[in-house]
Amino acid sequence: MNRKRASLALLLLAPLAAAAREEGLPEPLTATPGDAVRGRAIVADRQRGLCLLCHTAPIPEERFQGNLAPDLAGAGSRWTEAQLRLRLVDSRRLNPDSLMPSYYRTEGLHRVAPAFAGRTVLSAQEIEDVVAYLLTLKEERP
Amino acid sequence: MTRLACILLLLPLCLSAAAEERRSGFQDMAPETQAMQQDDTANPGMLWVLEGETLWNAPAGPAGQPCAGCHGSAESAMRGVAARYPAWDEADAAPIDLAGRIQQCRAARQGAPPLPRESEELLALTAYVARQSRGLPITPPEDPRLDPARAEGRALYTERRGQLDLSCAQCHDENAGRRLAGSAIPQAHPTGYPLYRLEWQSLGSLQRRLRGCMTGVRAEPYAYGALEYVAIELYLAQRAAGMTLEAPAVRP
Ligand code: HEC
Ligand code: HEC
Repeated sequence: MNRKRASLALLLLAPLAAAAREEGLPEPLTATPGDAVRGRAIVADRQRGLCLLCHTAPIPEERFQGNLAPDLAGAGSRWTEAQLRLRLVDSRRLNPDSLMPSYYRTEGLHRVAPAFAGRTVLSAQEIEDVVAYLLTLKEERP
Repeated sequence: MTRLACILLLLPLCLSAAAEERRSGFQDMAPETQAMQQDDTANPGMLWVLEGETLWNAPAGPAGQPCAGCHGSAESAMRGVAARYPAWDEADAAPIDLAGRIQQCRAARQGAPPLPRESEELLALTAYVARQSRGLPITPPEDPRLDPARAEGRALYTERRGQLDLSCAQCHDENAGRRLAGSAIPQAHPTGYPLYRLEWQSLGSLQRRLRGCMTGVRAEPYAYGALEYVAIELYLAQRAAGMTLEAPAVRP
């Protein structure tokens, strides 16, 4: 079967998921490039990023990291910038059953507490900062 | 054949035969916390039990009628009661949980000032009554009138909510045993309530626990006493049928 037909079939079956897996979200959400240092601080912050509730990351000063999700070490070599952006913005477009919250989505949510209603978990600039940080995580954990 | 029978006929039975795979939160606690729960002189929940015993015998309301006035000794009259709650309430034609029943007795039968949810007195009386079922298996009533609420509880348990868009099942069924930051995720069996939580530095009800999990995913919790909570409590009790009651338990 030629590749074109195969990818056409995929596109027809699951347009969003298939396209997204290929490309992710190449367009940055803001004009200001992400800042990896700020991104690291967001990932380390349990109230803002919440990442360490579920993931482990090479942030040795933070104790009690979660183990429900893949280690973020090496994420920057496993995924492109565009793929990482999509995983943060709305990982449920890739896997509707994902445990990972959508960090930049306000629709389709249920009984959101008033203090958070209509707000995304992270701002557009914070997403860009986290993407910039994740791209620095080239090394897999030994 | 056995497997087929399991699947076709005996699913409920086979599920309860899998009881040994179910774990109480107790089993995943540090040995010191387990020891604290098991030693009545170290278990802080026993302070509420003692206060509950006093309240059980204290006259209340215009007729000065104590709980003991109608029920007699809690050791015998209340044995096994907590193990079968939530139950069907004939008066309201709705499910009711143990704290709700105590509130109802207090208001309707004693005519005493109401005890709000999570008040020290209500927690104390609930702990005292629940203590009388310690060591007994959870035995949800077979009353079919409870089935719709159980089904609703199950739906609420699997429904995603909050800004983080997570369901109870995603953590407690799919990720139990893993670590959410520093906490081991328990299987969410309601074996120990009301219980003393070190983080609360107080005794708290199952509804308080459910509220905590809901605000944790940034969802709007229900009001204390809401039917939604009673429905979840019913579903959790069904899911834990046969497990041993440990109230008042201790949790980290
Ligand atoms: C409630 C749990 C949870 C939280 C919080 C969470 N994630 Fe995830 N994440 C997951 C899970 C589970 C996966 C695995 C893929 C899936 O199921 O969608 C994942 C996948 C990923 C991946 C792809 C990893 C790989 O190599 O396959 C990246 C990158 C990622 N998360 C980054 C983050 C960052 C950064 C944050 C915080 C800003 C975060 N996650 C917060 C649960 C979570
Ligand atoms: C993001 C993960 C997560 C979600 C979602 C969640 N919980 Fe929990 N739950 C926990 C953790 C972790 C604990 C252990 C206590 C702690 O340290 O907070 C816990 C504790 C409990 C307990 C106490 C078990 C014991 O041994 O005493 C019950 C019951 C419970 N949860 C029920 C629920 C219900 C019902 C829902 C949905 C309304 C829910 N949880 C949603 C993570 C979660």
